[in-house]
Amino acid sequence: MLRYIYTLLPSMADGLAVTLEVFILTLVLSIPLGIVVSMLRIIRIKLISRITELYIWVMRGTPLMLQIVFIFFGLPVIGITFDRFAAVIIAFVLNYAAYFGEIFRGGIESIDKGQYEAAKVLGLSSYRTFTRIILPQMFKIVLPSIANEVITLVKDTSLVYVVGIGELLRAGKTASNRDASLIPLALVGVVYLLLTAVFTVVFNKIEKRYSYYE
Amino acid sequence: MMLKVDKLSKSFGGKRILQDISFQMEKGEVLAILGPSGAGKTTLLRCINGLEKSDNGTIVIDNMYLCKDYKNKIIYASPKDMRAIRRKIGMVFQNYNLFPHMSVMENIIEAPVSVLGLTRDEAIKRAHSLLKSMGLENKKDFYPFQLSGGQKQRVAIARALCLNPKVLCLDEPTSALDPELREGIANIIGKLADKGMGILIITHDMDFAKRVATRVISMKEGRIVKEAEKEDFFSEFEDNRVRRFMIL
Repeated sequence: MLRYIYTLLPSMADGLAVTLEVFILTLVLSIPLGIVVSMLRIIRIKLISRITELYIWVMRGTPLMLQIVFIFFGLPVIGITFDRFAAVIIAFVLNYAAYFGEIFRGGIESIDKGQYEAAKVLGLSSYRTFTRIILPQMFKIVLPSIANEVITLVKDTSLVYVVGIGELLRAGKTASNRDASLIPLALVGVVYLLLTAVFTVVFNKIEKRYSYYE
Repeated sequence: MMLKVDKLSKSFGGKRILQDISFQMEKGEVLAILGPSGAGKTTLLRCINGLEKSDNGTIVIDNMYLCKDYKNKIIYASPKDMRAIRRKIGMVFQNYNLFPHMSVMENIIEAPVSVLGLTRDEAIKRAHSLLKSMGLENKKDFYPFQLSGGQKQRVAIARALCLNPKVLCLDEPTSALDPELREGIANIIGKLADKGMGILIITHDMDFAKRVATRVISMKEGRIVKEAEKEDFFSEFEDNRVRRFMIL
């Protein structure tokens, strides 16, 4: 059996590479975008906050798979075409930015009003107040929720199969069908668990680093 | 004159919170505003610090207009003037509002570096001497949650002082202090006034006002009901209390 598992490894490794690629790109792009979304959502210009609310509603209110299909197969109808990978990344980033945006908004709004007032009477600019006072405190508050989303994202990456991109789960399914064996799928499960374990440890470390106060 | 408030009024939801408030504060003066809760003391302080906008009236801080009446409308200082005014007035909140993610030193140097444009080293130097005068030099790397209430308050004072304000406002400075610590804060306030700073204190603690203030204003239901030099204020006050006691 070990020998059989060994023969599966190359295709699994290829699948894992795609999974990680989608995962990392989504994370790196959607977290900054999420901060922007949270700001647009809080902003006191009604039109902008309403449009942002609508965006969040659509992104959270429809399945991610549908969004991928829509961007890859639907947008070409009106003349906008992306290659598979770009379409997938756009869908993931837009979807996750909506979730992150709402998490960040909750974090920002839970910060005591006195912090803004202290910054104001000290004469700090709005930009400085946000980057130096609000954001660092917000990150500490939202870390557990972010960890949750990150782990969900690891598993969501398997959705890219709908546009025909091969990733980890698909590599397992292919081998499973070919060899009429459940072992490839079990192996895939173990790989997902290992990934999740790594991220759990990483986030525990980050949380610990932020626990220097209160 | 360090601070002048003239005919200040503010309503909120149809309720008048401040009515026709006028007073002045000179250089080196410690002015205490006394009154029960709900008298509008804190709102007044927030208006003076630009945290709340008043409906009518004039506020002048060290010869700069924070707001003034013009043809029955109130106009506020431009953002540029506002920045200059902010440097002239410091505020110590009742619950201090220290930045919890920053050490004592970082709390104090944040504004001097970003507002006054001091270099980090200059700001640290300035903060050091302030912390020393507050007896906190060994706490510079502590975080606010590691400090006692009295220590937090002194850090908040140091943070405000690091911008060299002309006027320092303190909101209920004794509300969270043990009796022994009141004397310490009273000494700090006295020293600052001796150096020429104008100190405005909001409090309902009469003993403390009696200890630190040079002049006292008493507020009730949004109005100033009495203004006097400290000696006159309290001697008359005692008389009244005795009189009322006798009548009862």
